[in-house]
Amino acid sequence: MKKYLAFFRLRFSMGLQYRAAALAGMATQFFWGTMEILMFRAFYRADPAAFPMTLEATCAYVWLQQAFLTLFAAWLMEGEIFDSIINGNIAYELCRPVNIYNMWFSRSIAARFSRAMLRCMPVLLLAVVLPAPYGLMAPADGAAFFLFILSMLLGAGVAVSFCMLVYMTCFFTISSMGLRIVMTSLVEFFSGGIIPLPFLPDGIRKVFEALPFASMQNVPLRIYSGNLQGDEMLKALSLQVFWLCILILIGKLLDALAMKKITVQGG
Amino acid sequence: MITMQNVCKTYKVSKRDAGFSSALKALLHREYELIHALDGVSFTISEGEMVGYIGPNGAGKSSTIKILSGILTPEEGTCQINGLTPWKNRIEHVRNIGVVFGQRTQLWWDVPVIDSFELLKEIYRISDHTYRRNLEQLSEMLGLSELLKTPARQLSLGQRMRCEIAASLLHDPKILFLDEPTIGLDAVSKLAVRDFILKLNEEKKTTVILTTHDMQDIEALTNRIILIGKGRILLDGTISDISSGFNSTEEGLAAFYKSHNI
Repeated sequence: MKKYLAFFRLRFSMGLQYRAAALAGMATQFFWGTMEILMFRAFYRADPAAFPMTLEATCAYVWLQQAFLTLFAAWLMEGEIFDSIINGNIAYELCRPVNIYNMWFSRSIAARFSRAMLRCMPVLLLAVVLPAPYGLMAPADGAAFFLFILSMLLGAGVAVSFCMLVYMTCFFTISSMGLRIVMTSLVEFFSGGIIPLPFLPDGIRKVFEALPFASMQNVPLRIYSGNLQGDEMLKALSLQVFWLCILILIGKLLDALAMKKITVQGG
Repeated sequence: MITMQNVCKTYKVSKRDAGFSSALKALLHREYELIHALDGVSFTISEGEMVGYIGPNGAGKSSTIKILSGILTPEEGTCQINGLTPWKNRIEHVRNIGVVFGQRTQLWWDVPVIDSFELLKEIYRISDHTYRRNLEQLSEMLGLSELLKTPARQLSLGQRMRCEIAASLLHDPKILFLDEPTIGLDAVSKLAVRDFILKLNEEKKTTVILTTHDMQDIEALTNRIILIGKGRILLDGTISDISSGFNSTEEGLAAFYKSHNI
């Protein structure tokens, strides 16, 4: 365990040194959030009763999503992992007494947390000072805030364990590009990254909510604003735990399979 | 003690003719060729020995090193290193070995070298005492003290190679595999690396297996050479088996390759 913590620490401190990238990222996220909220505002003006979430809750959803983008976004995969498989640098990692899956998992989690830590505060602060209903409202209550944090950790875990599956399949194909592109755009939509899942028609929404992608950002962001409460929230939280276990299990199986047939590229 | 017996490894390589039309054809029907990278390789290396593993490009040197370090599984044959089969007991096996791949890097690119070393300390669970002692020794022998705080990306190749070698030895491995450790180095760095390897073998009795194309490396470091070509061991002997009768080892080696048609 200690050695995987060491991977976490190193990757975390490495992530903290990219200041310019963080600044650019924050600016993008702030403007993106503003645009999205302006769009929703136009819709709500037409008929506020036609929407499943209040404008306030939708705005909170958007701001938290932008602040913690780097924690949940499935398209933020670790380039170094793909590189190491493709150019064969993984040879060195295989020469260490570590389990590849656990090592990459701790690295990816660390990368996400360090990026999120650098970027979330300014976006959150700006969002808090914006006038209601366009800003970030206070959480529904203390319990909702606590569950939001818990669910956020689970959601990040689900996102990482999903990315792990993509890394692992890279052992079996030469180029990962195709899979990455298909996966990332699908996940964006299915996870509620483009529009919050409650906005979808009922039938489709029920299917989407059962998929692992809904266990990433959808649950924590909706718990915060109080859109997800009571039994429905408990169901969503247990679904997060369920998918986390399943995805890790599949990832571990792929890992075992890959270690058996691996070919390191290049002389 | 390292024994390899009758080890075979085959790669499937996809082939096609040049040009657009054959690229289209390959979409529908792919042709593969089986390459026998290793074809019944056997040898034994005892503890504390220093062995040069040589052969032309594509002879199977790197494949052998990969099998010995547990990252490649052969189709046939057995291999025992201090009682373990590398590809079956990978995690236990790699605790006792150090590997340097001259063409790759194990240092984290964007952080100071010392951070990579600290990570290795945790990975191999090296005690504080051993770590400090080894780090001190290695920095002195390889002249690292100035380099440790620099990010790996800003080191020259020679500086980086010295750090790579140190990184592979922090955990006191009993066996060291060096895959072209002097490739691309200038004369000064080459000499420094050679001196260091000699000292390491003398003082710590580390078993060293070295692949290289530089015959001066071989002359300076090893008595025993194993020569591989087209996946087979062609010679297991001493450097004089090749160089005798020629002006230089290089000439002798070229003549040897020619006579074996490799």
